[in-house]
Amino acid sequence: MAKRFRKIVQAGWGILTNAYVRGFLPGGPAIYEGVLKHFCVPGMNCYSCPGAVFACPIGALQAAFSGKHRKFPFYVLGYLTAVGVLAGRFICGWLCLFGLIQELLYKIPTPKIHLPKTPDRPLRKLKYLVLLVLVVGLPLFYRNRLGVGDPFFCKYLCPVGTLEGGIPLVLLNEALRPSLSWLFGWKMAVLVLCIAASIFIYRPFCKYICPLGAFYSLFQRISIVRMRVDQAACIGCGTCEKVCPMSVSPVKNPNSAECIRCTECVKACPAHALSFGIGGEGLKLKNNKGIQGK
Amino acid sequence: MKKEVKPLLSLVILAAAVGMCIFGAVNGEMREVFMKAARICMECIGLG
Repeated sequence: MAKRFRKIVQAGWGILTNAYVRGFLPGGPAIYEGVLKHFCVPGMNCYSCPGAVFACPIGALQAAFSGKHRKFPFYVLGYLTAVGVLAGRFICGWLCLFGLIQELLYKIPTPKIHLPKTPDRPLRKLKYLVLLVLVVGLPLFYRNRLGVGDPFFCKYLCPVGTLEGGIPLVLLNEALRPSLSWLFGWKMAVLVLCIAASIFIYRPFCKYICPLGAFYSLFQRISIVRMRVDQAACIGCGTCEKVCPMSVSPVKNPNSAECIRCTECVKACPAHALSFGIGGEGLKLKNNKGIQGK
Repeated sequence: MKKEVKPLLSLVILAAAVGMCIFGAVNGEMREVFMKAARICMECIGLG
């Protein structure tokens, strides 16, 4: 039930934040244009999705950086920092629709790929490069003749926009179809690659590409909602490391930059040595293995 | 085992972040977010 609970939260959040049904109906407005679009969701969610009722934080950040008048984005950056300090990558594990989609794809019964450390570790740094170059650097410094930058990440890499915005909008609005170009083809290729990889690798976009996950990961060690390990209670069985879908060692580093706080380790720990909550205190789930902590 | 960080640091950063957010909102940045989010972003969906 606890495992299903996270899926229910993820799905519920996805529905709640994409609840503008009129966007999906023929003849209605293509996207929601109401007051809630002043606010960002904490996870990746394209604001051009016909159902989206909030703004995408990465899109909003790039829009601020690429604007004609370069301005420090106090509002969006303050919001993302506050979310990061409060919850870190808990957002990735619980409040990201694209994360849920990848998890569901991974459930397709096929042989799974667990990359060895050598390509895995350097590849995980790629998301920081994406954040620095595509979300901040290029939109800020690469300008067209009118002095306006491009949202490079959204435009060339983000598969979320293609899946949640591009495909439904093109299907629902005939007027948009003549605008299809090589760019849409490229973005479709990125999306197909991401979907295919998700069948074999657990959340590959989150592990290697997502700039939002990269940003939140900076706050993992100081976030208020956090993981905690009771070293005295730990029996060193290694179960937590074995069950971790993100290949983290919760005992060695309970607040690793890669942990999405899915709490699989908390549930699996036979000694109840791991906990999750405010300051690390809170959730200590029972399991069937029956060994009690101190 | 990584060293625990004192909660005071988290609270200071949280307060600063909330302050930034309010400052940005007062200076009209919410409106800018809205202007971008309430229109179809052609680049975001692969059309622009």
